[in-house]
Amino acid sequence: MKKLSVFQVAYKSLLRKKTRSLLTILGIAMAAWVLVSLFGFNRGYEASLNKDIDNLGFQMLVVAKGCPYEAATLMLKGGTGLKYMNEDIAASVAAEPEVEGVTPMLMQVVFDPNKGQTGGLAAFLGVDPVSFPKMKSALPFKAGGWFKGPEAAEAVFGYEVAELEQREVGDLYLIPEKEVEVKVVGILERTGTQDDGTIFLPIKTVQKVFGVRELTSIGIKVKKDADMKTFEDKLYKLPDVQVVSLSQVKTTIMTLVSTARVMVLSIAVIAVLIAMMGVINTVLMSVMERRQEIGILKSMGAMASDVFKLVWLETIVLCVCGGLIGTGLAMVTARVTDVLVRRLLPYSPSGGLVAIDGGLVLMTLGVVTAIGLAAGVYPSWKAARMRPLDTIRSEMES
Amino acid sequence: MNATARYSIEAEHLRRVYRRGPEEIAAVDDVSLRVEKGSFTSIVGPSGSGKTTLVNVLGCLDNPSSGKLTLGDRVVFENCKGLSESKLTLIRRDVFGYIFQKFFLIPTLTVLENVILPFTFYKKPGAEEDVGRLLKALGLDKRIDHLPGQLSGGEMQRVAIARALVNKPDILLADEPTGNLDSARSEEIGRTLQELNARDGLTIVLVTHNLRLAALAERTIELHDGKIAAA
Repeated sequence: MKKLSVFQVAYKSLLRKKTRSLLTILGIAMAAWVLVSLFGFNRGYEASLNKDIDNLGFQMLVVAKGCPYEAATLMLKGGTGLKYMNEDIAASVAAEPEVEGVTPMLMQVVFDPNKGQTGGLAAFLGVDPVSFPKMKSALPFKAGGWFKGPEAAEAVFGYEVAELEQREVGDLYLIPEKEVEVKVVGILERTGTQDDGTIFLPIKTVQKVFGVRELTSIGIKVKKDADMKTFEDKLYKLPDVQVVSLSQVKTTIMTLVSTARVMVLSIAVIAVLIAMMGVINTVLMSVMERRQEIGILKSMGAMASDVFKLVWLETIVLCVCGGLIGTGLAMVTARVTDVLVRRLLPYSPSGGLVAIDGGLVLMTLGVVTAIGLAAGVYPSWKAARMRPLDTIRSEMES
Repeated sequence: MNATARYSIEAEHLRRVYRRGPEEIAAVDDVSLRVEKGSFTSIVGPSGSGKTTLVNVLGCLDNPSSGKLTLGDRVVFENCKGLSESKLTLIRRDVFGYIFQKFFLIPTLTVLENVILPFTFYKKPGAEEDVGRLLKALGLDKRIDHLPGQLSGGEMQRVAIARALVNKPDILLADEPTGNLDSARSEEIGRTLQELNARDGLTIVLVTHNLRLAALAERTIELHDGKIAAA
C-alpha cells in the first residue's frame, strides 16, 4: 500500500485553487525574472566592457594634458578640441622596461558637408601600419586588409562609416577640406566601439595631409608582470602628458552604469518584497480556508510540526515553481532585454549585455527558495498552532 | 480494524464551562460515566444539551474545566490540569478515530488517498495490511480512484469512517455522522457502525439526534442541559 508523502499532500492542496496558485507563482516568476535579468546585465555588461577594452589592444593611453573625461571620450568615442604632444614622447615611452610595445596615433577631425543632411564631423585616425595592426590583432575585417606602406594614400573604413559613405574596397575617397584622394583598402566588421565611425590612415599620410607633425595619443601595451601603478607614476613625469589607464576608463563607465543599477536593484528588491507579500497572503488565505481540514489532520494524528511542514512545503513549491518560470523567462528574453537596455544606455559595449549562466540561475533559485522559506513561516506557524476542536467547531457552527 | 480494544473511558464529575461575557455556561455539568471496552454507546439529547461538548472532551479534542478523565490506566485530566496539546495529539492518534457530520474529505485526493492520509503523519504497525479489507468491508473497494466530488453523501461518510479506522483505533467517536444524510443512507451508516462493533470489537461512542440510530447501540445516555438525564 502506497503512502502519501507530505509533499504530495502539499502539491494537491495547491491544486485546489489553481488560479490563485498560478497568479502567486507568476508574481514570484516576475520577481525572479527581474533578479536574473539584473544580475545577468551586471555580469554581461562588465564582461563585454572588459572584452572591448582588451580589444583596444593597449592597457594605457598617453595623451596631451587636458581633462581626463575628454581623454576617455577621445579613446572611446573620438572627439574634438584635440591637444598635441611631441613625437619624441613615443620613443621615450617605448624605452621604459615595463613596455611591451607602443603605437603612436594622430587623430584629426574635419567637417564633411556631405555627411548626413546638414553635414557632420569625419574622424581620421592616423596609425602606424606596423605596430597598430599588431596591437589590435582582434580587429576583424569585413573586406580587404591594412595599408600596404607607411605613407600610402590608403584608408581602412570602420563599419558604420563605410555604410554611411557607401564605400567598398577599391573605391576612392576624397578627404573633405583637403582635396586629397585615398583608396579604400579595407572595411572593418562592426565592433560596437568608436572604431566603427573612424577612418584609419597611415600616420605619416595624416601628418602630411593635415600638416601636423605631432601626435594626439600613444597606445601602450604593458608587459604582463609590470607594476601598472609604478609605471603610471613614471609616465606622469613626462612633460605635458597625462595617462589614461583603461582601468580608469572602466571605473568611470562602471560608476555611471552603477547608478542606473542601484535604481534597478531597488526596483528588484521592491518586486521581491511584493512577491513575498503575495505569497504570505495566498498561503495565509489558504490556511484560513482549510481550518477544518487542518483540524481533521490534527485529529487524525498530525503533530504541530507536521502541519507546519505541510504549509511550509506548499509555500516552497509556489516559490520554486515561480523561480523556475522566472529564470526560464529571463533566459528566453535575454536578447530582447539586451536590445532594450542598449537603447537606454549612453554607452554600451559591443558584446552581449545580459549574461545568464548556471551559477546565476542557481543563485536566483536559492534566493526565491529563501523567500519561500521566510514567507512561509508565519502562515505555517499559524496553521501549526490551530487546535483541532476550534477549527472543526467553527465549521460545525457555520 | 481493532479486534482487541485496550481502553475504556471513565469520566468523573466532568464539567466544561464556557464564558460568554460575564455569563458562565456549563455545556457539560457534573457528568460521570464509563464507556467500557468494546461497547457501543449512543448519546442523545436535544440541541444544546452538551452532547458534542461531552464527546469532544471524552475524545481528548478538548480539555474539561474540572473533574477527572481517565483513559484506561492513564489520567488525562485531573485537578484542573490537562495534558499539553502535543500529548493529546499522541493520545488521539493512538486511541481514537473520529467522524463528524461533515465529512471533511480533501477534494483533490482520491478515495484511497483520503483513506490513507493518516499514514502520512503516523502509521500503526500492520495498519496498512488491513486497508484493502477495510475498503471492502465499507463497500468502497470499487471506488478507490474516485474523487470525493464523484461520490454520494453515504459513500463520502463511509470514506470518512474508513479514514477514521485506518490506523486501527480503539475507540470510534461519531458526532452526528448521519446529520447530512437521508434516512436510507443513515440506516446504512448505522448498520456499518453496528457491524464494526459486533465483528471487530470496536468501542463506539455515537452522538445523534436520530433515535432509530441511537437504538442500534447497546446503551443510550440522554443529556439535558449538560447533565445526564437517563442512562
